[in-house]
Amino acid sequence: MSFDVAVERRLGDTVVACGFQTGGGLTALFGPSGAGKTSVLNMVAGLLKPDAGRVAVGGEVLFDSASGVDVPVQARRAGYVFQDARLFPHLRVRANLAYGMRGEGLMTLEDAAQFLGIAHLLDRWPRSLSGGEAQRVAIGRALLSNPRFLLMDEPLTGLDRARREDVLRVIERLRDEVGLPILYVSHDRAEVERLAATIIEV
Amino acid sequence: MEPDIWGIVWLSLKVSAVAVGVCLPLAFALAWVLARGRFAGLVLLDAVVHLPLVLPPVVTGWLLLLAFGPQGPAGRWLEATLGVTFMFRWTGAALAAAVMALPLMVRAMRLSIEAVDLRLEAAAMTLGASRWRVFCTLTLPLALPGVVAGAVLGFARSLGEFGATITFVSNIPGETQTLPLAIYSALQVPGGEAVVTRLAVVSVLLSLAALVVSEVMARRMGRATHVL
Repeated sequence: MSFDVAVERRLGDTVVACGFQTGGGLTALFGPSGAGKTSVLNMVAGLLKPDAGRVAVGGEVLFDSASGVDVPVQARRAGYVFQDARLFPHLRVRANLAYGMRGEGLMTLEDAAQFLGIAHLLDRWPRSLSGGEAQRVAIGRALLSNPRFLLMDEPLTGLDRARREDVLRVIERLRDEVGLPILYVSHDRAEVERLAATIIEV
Repeated sequence: MEPDIWGIVWLSLKVSAVAVGVCLPLAFALAWVLARGRFAGLVLLDAVVHLPLVLPPVVTGWLLLLAFGPQGPAGRWLEATLGVTFMFRWTGAALAAAVMALPLMVRAMRLSIEAVDLRLEAAAMTLGASRWRVFCTLTLPLALPGVVAGAVLGFARSLGEFGATITFVSNIPGETQTLPLAIYSALQVPGGEAVVTRLAVVSVLLSLAALVVSEVMARRMGRATHVL
C-alpha cells in the first residue's frame, strides 16, 4: 500500500475532505477545477495542515491528528511537481536541478537530464525555457531530491499537444522504470485514464 | 577663512557610510518583519518606523537629544557599558542620519521582500531546504535589488541630512559639519557664495554618482529596480 490518506480541512466556506488507500503505481485525483485536489496534494506534502485526519505514505505516518504527528515539509521527502513549474528564476537550470540533491539519490544529475531530454538546457536561465522544458526541469528537480513519492499537480497545463506528449512519456517512464508511488492531479479524463492504475474522484 | 572642502566631503562620506552600514541589517530585519509578520502591533511598528519621514527633522533631532544625550536613558547606558558618546561627535551625526534614512531603506527593502514569490519558497521547502536555507538561497538573493536600492537611497538621504543633525550634535567644523551644514554656515558669511557654489556642486555630483551606481548595479543583477 502506498498512499493512505484521510484528510479534512476547512478553506473559507468549503470543506475539503478526501480519503483513499492505494496500491503502487500512479494514482490519479480526478475532478473539476476548484474541487480541492491541489489542497489534498498540499496536505500530503505538508504545505497545508489538515484540520483532522491522517496521511501515511509507504507505511510511514506523515500526519496524524489523533496522535499529534506532523512531519515538517522539509523532512517528508515529497517530490512535488507544481502546476506552474516554480523554477528558481535566479538560478540556472543546473543549479535548479541540484537544489534539493541529497544522499545517493535515484540518479545522477546527468542521468536525470538525459532521461528527461534536458541535457542541452543545463546552462540556460529558467526564463528562456518553453513551458514544456520548464516542466521537465521541474520534474528533474523533484526526482533529484531523492523523494520517497511524487506529487504531480496538473503538470501538463499550458503545454501544446507535442509538449504534452513529451511530458506524458516521461511520466509513464517514471511510473514504469523508477517505481515511485505517484499521486497525480488532473481534470482531464483521457489523461487520467491513460496514466492511472487507480482513479479517485474528488 | 576658507573651509577645508575635502575634509567636509570626507566627513560627509564617513558619516553616511557608517549610518547606512549600521542601519542595513536593522532595516532589513524590520522590512522582513513588516512584509511577513502577522501580529497585533504591526501597524504601530510600521508607523514608528516611518515617523522620521513625516516628523519635522528638528523634532527628531530633539528626541535624539532626549534619548541619547548625557542625561538620556540610552545615552547614559551606552556611555556606561560601551563608553560611546554621541554628543557633539561625528558618531552622533551618523546616528541622526541613520534614523532619518531608516524609513526610506525599510520601504525599498520591504517592497522587494513582498515581491518574492511565496510559492517558490514552498517549492524549496518540499525539496528539503530548511527555513534558514530558503532565506539565504531564495529570499535574500531575490530581494537583493531592493536591498541595494534601499542602501543607495539611504546613503543619498544621509548625505543630505540637516535638521536632525544640527539639532542633535550642532554644527562643529571637522566633527559634525557635513556638507549641508557647511553650506548653511557658508551662507551666513558675507561673500561666502564661492564656497557655497563649490560645496553645492560637490553635493550634486555625489548624489548623481550614488544614483548612477545603483542603476548600474540593478542592471547587472538582470532587472531594473523600480523602487527609486
